[in-house]
Amino acid sequence: MTATLRPTPSACPACVAAPAAEALAEAALPTEAQITLSLPTIHCAACIADVERALNADPAVQSARVNLTRKRVAITAHPDFSVDHAIALVTRAGFEAHELDATALSATTNDRAGRELLMRLAVAGFASMNVMLLSIAVWSGAEGPTRDLFHWVSAAIVLPAVAFSAQPFFRNAWSALRAARLNMDVPISLAIALALVTSLWETALSGEHAYFDAAIALTFFLLAGRYLDHRTRAVARSAAEELAALEVPRAWRLTETGEEQVPVSELTVGALFRVRPGGRVPVDGEIVEGASELDRSLLTGETLPVQAEPGRAVSAGEVNLTGPLVIRATAVGRDTSLARMADLVAIAESGRSRYTSLADRAAKLYAPGVHILSALSFVGWFLWSGDLRISLNIAAAVLIITCPCALGLAVPAVTTAASGRLFRRGLLIKNATALERLAQVDTVVFDKTGTLTTGTPELTNLGDFTRKDLEIALALAEGSSHPLSQALTAAARAAGITPAKLAELTEIPGHGTQGTWRGRRVRLGRASWVGALPGAQTAAWLQIGDADAQPFRFTDRLREGAAETVCALQQAGHRVILMSGDTTPAVETFAARIGIAEWLAEARPEDKAARIKALSESGAHVLMVGDGLNDTAALAGAHVSISPASALDAARVASDIVLLGQSLAPLPEAVTTARKATKRIRENFTIATWYNVIAVPLAVAGLCSPLIAALAMSVSSITVSLNALRLR
Amino acid sequence: MNILTYLIPISLVLGGLGLAFFVFTVRSNQYDDPEGDARRILSGEYDDKPKR
Repeated sequence: MTATLRPTPSACPACVAAPAAEALAEAALPTEAQITLSLPTIHCAACIADVERALNADPAVQSARVNLTRKRVAITAHPDFSVDHAIALVTRAGFEAHELDATALSATTNDRAGRELLMRLAVAGFASMNVMLLSIAVWSGAEGPTRDLFHWVSAAIVLPAVAFSAQPFFRNAWSALRAARLNMDVPISLAIALALVTSLWETALSGEHAYFDAAIALTFFLLAGRYLDHRTRAVARSAAEELAALEVPRAWRLTETGEEQVPVSELTVGALFRVRPGGRVPVDGEIVEGASELDRSLLTGETLPVQAEPGRAVSAGEVNLTGPLVIRATAVGRDTSLARMADLVAIAESGRSRYTSLADRAAKLYAPGVHILSALSFVGWFLWSGDLRISLNIAAAVLIITCPCALGLAVPAVTTAASGRLFRRGLLIKNATALERLAQVDTVVFDKTGTLTTGTPELTNLGDFTRKDLEIALALAEGSSHPLSQALTAAARAAGITPAKLAELTEIPGHGTQGTWRGRRVRLGRASWVGALPGAQTAAWLQIGDADAQPFRFTDRLREGAAETVCALQQAGHRVILMSGDTTPAVETFAARIGIAEWLAEARPEDKAARIKALSESGAHVLMVGDGLNDTAALAGAHVSISPASALDAARVASDIVLLGQSLAPLPEAVTTARKATKRIRENFTIATWYNVIAVPLAVAGLCSPLIAALAMSVSSITVSLNALRLR
Repeated sequence: MNILTYLIPISLVLGGLGLAFFVFTVRSNQYDDPEGDARRILSGEYDDKPKR
């Protein structure tokens, strides 16, 4: 902005630089910084106090407020206060913290739709309570002018209240009718409208049947169902968005003047950017400068890091391990391999959206039935009595009694209870029909790297080395942040080894670390670098002087609860399959270790998706559990899918359920909870049907007073909600 | 029966007052962190500066 407002820049380089410097100064101007951190582990009153105390103790912090429901903290601080420092403070207080991208969160911070529903619910509740008071007077025998007065007061309360509260139903019904469809909202709207019209007419003629109370109570119960439904999904959506916000998309762009931090969206094709060790490659590109190793496990499932040198193509999502890399962008935005994968997912998902939920199937049967029944009773009564007023009154009573109040509550009440239960166990239901689909699962397919394993290596042959060798290896390993070195450091430290004194410790990116120990050169790194033959297993080689190198062997660390989960699923009679992009020997040993008989190795993304499709076509209901980019197509193609929170964005988007914690243990329980939930939903439908079976003949026979209508409706709604609560 | 001319408006006004207060609580974000608020009661540290 500033630059475009300037007069033509002069040729002098200092003047060209000046606006840029001014812009920089302006950018630093804001008086306070807003930082939001995600705190996944906080859970109690003491945690709130600890976190707030730790942050407020820093003089730069103006205010820190924990939101326990959303598990995050909002910090207002001096602009110099960095996010890293905030994370360090919280970590020192003993809690895990991650930065959240504030712009990605803005959508959920003020939940307008939920607030609107809550307001309508409050108005409907207020009106129905007052009208019920008046109605009780009528039911207990108010006569003549008193009854008429009460009816008129009810009308004065109910008409505006319904006009405000029932808008969501009217709107939905109208859009369905315009598209020449029938949905649950059509009978609801018709019943409310018909009840009001006949009641007004009755009141005007000082008759005794007015349904104002039923109309408003109906609105109230249905809104309660709608609100429950909205809450469940809002929690899932906000957590999903929070997961997306965890990856703050920034890149270090190289310009002629130096390096600047820009949002990834500003990178263009041909731009040069730097990826530091530990950083994720933001867009597709080609390495121009630097040597390092790349961790591609999230994309391909390979556990071994691959060599990175100039000229090599890299794709978005890969993690740079040892040395800094300069990369030239070749594809950005929608063209990156990540985005292309997302398109694949969209296609696969359209297949899944064809699944009709139990509620939809019930509505399909119910809505026409209700209308026909009501119309028939109108026609029947009109032919028999010839009285338009009585026939219309009875038709309205039938519509109100059969109105899917309990049906409107049946599904949301159960899904809310079930999602709440699973959320407390660390599972987040993203999709509305995910629970019902999860209940049908009979085959479970696991990805290996990042799903059953954590993707971090674990040292297996510590005992093969002498103490002296280990001391040297530890000293070398501590000089590097490579995952193998870190695993070696952890294992050696745990065994009580202290590092040897080394001189000239240097890390050679892409190869390993070397140093000098008592005048001899010592090296820890890849096989080719120390002159050894690479084996099939992941290994780091230690060479002391000119002696032959010895391998430190590593395996993938099992994810917490993985073995128990596989075992529990197999015992419950599920078919468990392992699919991985890793090499055959690695997958074979792993399958044997965890006890899975069926496995598929070196599977490319298409292979996985094809295999899932074949399984589905043979009649299996597949649950896919995976985290990599190579799993996304399979995740989207499966009947239902779960991915851990550590997974890539694309994988989380493709899956129905996100596992928030580290452990896989809640998985078998999720399947049982889903089964129970589906059972409860069916029970609720049965309850609602039985109420109708009893009440409808009464209504059709013209025996139904407004009292019976209100009672039947309320009792069925409350029973359905209580039945759902049994799931908690 | 004259009593009704007082009682009905009074009950409506009282109910309306409750509704107005509820609308106020929704508008001022008091349902943002129900879980945290429930726990904060247990904390001995007084929260002199609640969220705006």
